Amino acid sequence: MKHTLSVLVENQAGVLSRVSGLFARRGFNIDSLAVGTTADPRVSCITIVVDDKENAIEQIEKQLNKLIDVIKVKDFIPDEIISRELMLVKVNATAQTRQEIKELADMYGAKLADLTRNSMTLECCNTTERLDNLLDIVRPYGLKQVIRTGSIALEKGNESFTV
Amino acid sequence: MIMTVAEAMVRCLEAEGVKQIFGYPGATICPFYDALSRTDIRHVLVRTEQNAGHAANGYARMTGKPGVCVVTSGPGATNLITGISTAYMDSIPLVVITGQVVSSLLGSDVFQEVDITGSVEAFIKHSYLVKDPKQIGRIFKEAFYIAGSGRPGPVLIDIPMDVQKMKVDFEYPEKVSIRSYKPSFKGHIGQINKAAAAIAKAKKPLIVAGGGIFISGAEEALRKFVHKTQIPVVNTLMGIGALNADDSLRMGMIGMHGLPPANFAVGQADVLILCGARVADRTIPNPGALSKQKTIIHMDIDPAEIGKNIGVDIPVVGDIRMILEQLENAACEDENGPHIDGSHWGEWLEELQKRKASYHPDYSERKNYVNPKAFMHTLYEKLPEDAIVVADVGQNQMWAANEYSVRHGRFLTSGGMGTMGYSLPCAIGAKAACPDRMAVSVCGDGSFQMCFMELATEIQHNIPVKTVVFTNNRLGMVREHQAVAWDNNLTAVFLDGSPDFAKLAEAYNIPSARIHLDDQIDIAVDSMLRTDGPFLLEVIVDPLEPTL
Repeated sequence: MKHTLSVLVENQAGVLSRVSGLFARRGFNIDSLAVGTTADPRVSCITIVVDDKENAIEQIEKQLNKLIDVIKVKDFIPDEIISRELMLVKVNATAQTRQEIKELADMYGAKLADLTRNSMTLECCNTTERLDNLLDIVRPYGLKQVIRTGSIALEKGNESFTV
Repeated sequence: MIMTVAEAMVRCLEAEGVKQIFGYPGATICPFYDALSRTDIRHVLVRTEQNAGHAANGYARMTGKPGVCVVTSGPGATNLITGISTAYMDSIPLVVITGQVVSSLLGSDVFQEVDITGSVEAFIKHSYLVKDPKQIGRIFKEAFYIAGSGRPGPVLIDIPMDVQKMKVDFEYPEKVSIRSYKPSFKGHIGQINKAAAAIAKAKKPLIVAGGGIFISGAEEALRKFVHKTQIPVVNTLMGIGALNADDSLRMGMIGMHGLPPANFAVGQADVLILCGARVADRTIPNPGALSKQKTIIHMDIDPAEIGKNIGVDIPVVGDIRMILEQLENAACEDENGPHIDGSHWGEWLEELQKRKASYHPDYSERKNYVNPKAFMHTLYEKLPEDAIVVADVGQNQMWAANEYSVRHGRFLTSGGMGTMGYSLPCAIGAKAACPDRMAVSVCGDGSFQMCFMELATEIQHNIPVKTVVFTNNRLGMVREHQAVAWDNNLTAVFLDGSPDFAKLAEAYNIPSARIHLDDQIDIAVDSMLRTDGPFLLEVIVDPLEPTL
């Protein structure tokens, strides 16, 4: 099952390598990993989406907590989070298909980021599932390039996960 | 006070009470060595960097404090990697200092540059690359704290040569505070009570004592707890000596090469109490089946060990000594709480003791060879009570482990990594820590040839250890494995070309003896123990001698 782990770490050199290396050497499956700073510039937040068994998730949490630079780890409850991912997709587009693609993009709240005679680049920020859908919809026009950031997530409501 | 970072490094070591370090210099660590020359800290020059790690490992295991080793950049650092991983696997605290090329050249593949912090990432507790001279005090303070606390392990400090030469206004911090590192020590009282209740209900409880007993200094707490509760004890390879050899509750070593009565106990127990043991595959080969049949109580300071290899019913996270003391209190509650005194598992204990008593190791005489089990048995009988025995890896390790009958001594070995060549440098480190105790390195002719360069170290620094070499001209355990698992297709296990070890010893000016018959054991062991200083005793064993 997919789990979204939020990992607060010291914003220092080498931390990302330690975290990602841990997943590789212990054979845990990462779907995506996104990292950035928080309100406190000394702290970074790594959002990791993992697809693994329940006992593996528990072991991942424990192993992450063993890393000295890891301050806190939380395994988010799926229905109680807001998660977003950014995707840029460059798709074949001619004068004939341009309008069609634009309409589809609008349905997903995707914006037009770039336009050439033969292609359009769409920019979309949404949940991973919605981005997957958008991709499926525009795939028939011919995907030239797809790039995604991986999910970031926080919990709904007034509480916040900080150090 | 204004000083160079190199001088500050030495002040840090002094502030941590470091008396001896093990190392091998090179250009990038020379500023540190220059500063080191002006202190009382003793530097032991090993003959290859890996052994600086093993010697510091032995030193740490005997002092209970982080062992320190120092090497140069590049090959110095990479040679040390096996020393670091060996310490990591056995939870031994090390502070490893490596020189590094000047910071402006980092990343440009200059002479003797290697990314050592990156290289060791998978098997180190933490590492630092020092770029800011002002951080030197904090980093050393943290390194010693992290290495020695919680579940101990190696910590690396990589310092570029130019940083070592910088000036800094140095003061060693008094306190350490790492917001993301707060190991817990006391066991959760709710969990302690659950464990006590499960033990009180048990019919066949059994304690598995691991290396955590020594790390937390829990030998006495264990002895008191089991004598009060009459719970029998088996041990892992790392837990040898957790109970004294003559203790009637001690049932011996478990695992692939363990003793039948001890493995029987694990199979039959209904409540298994794992004490600072990480359930490694060679120790408990069938954890899935065990956890289904029994109530498993797992006590460990590292929460990640709990549930990793075996399903656990009652986890208790904390320092083993504290947990055992808490458990002893909980076990003595009367009124409504559990009262554990062994009265309802008398039969269980009796059966185990009977099986132990009726198990007789094969001490029979060998023709033209020495029986290694009989040899180890005699050696242990004659050794001083507090002797330190360091077993290498292979058949020699299991002969030494299963015949163990030291009373107040220590048995050291590389359990997790199984690093060949560990015994001699580790024995040197242990002897450096305890100069008044006898240290014996037990190895095979394979492992001896991985570390015999350290004979020079013991001579140069007057750290005399006794070395026992079991010679069978084979890599004995691999040979046995190939015989059983590979249809006797013996490949690359013959040690032809080995030198005459007596002549080798003579070249180092070390007295030696060689025996090839059982009736020579007594005299040879006596003369080794009577000889002042180092001694090499070569024991010729049958190439077909089985491990068990």
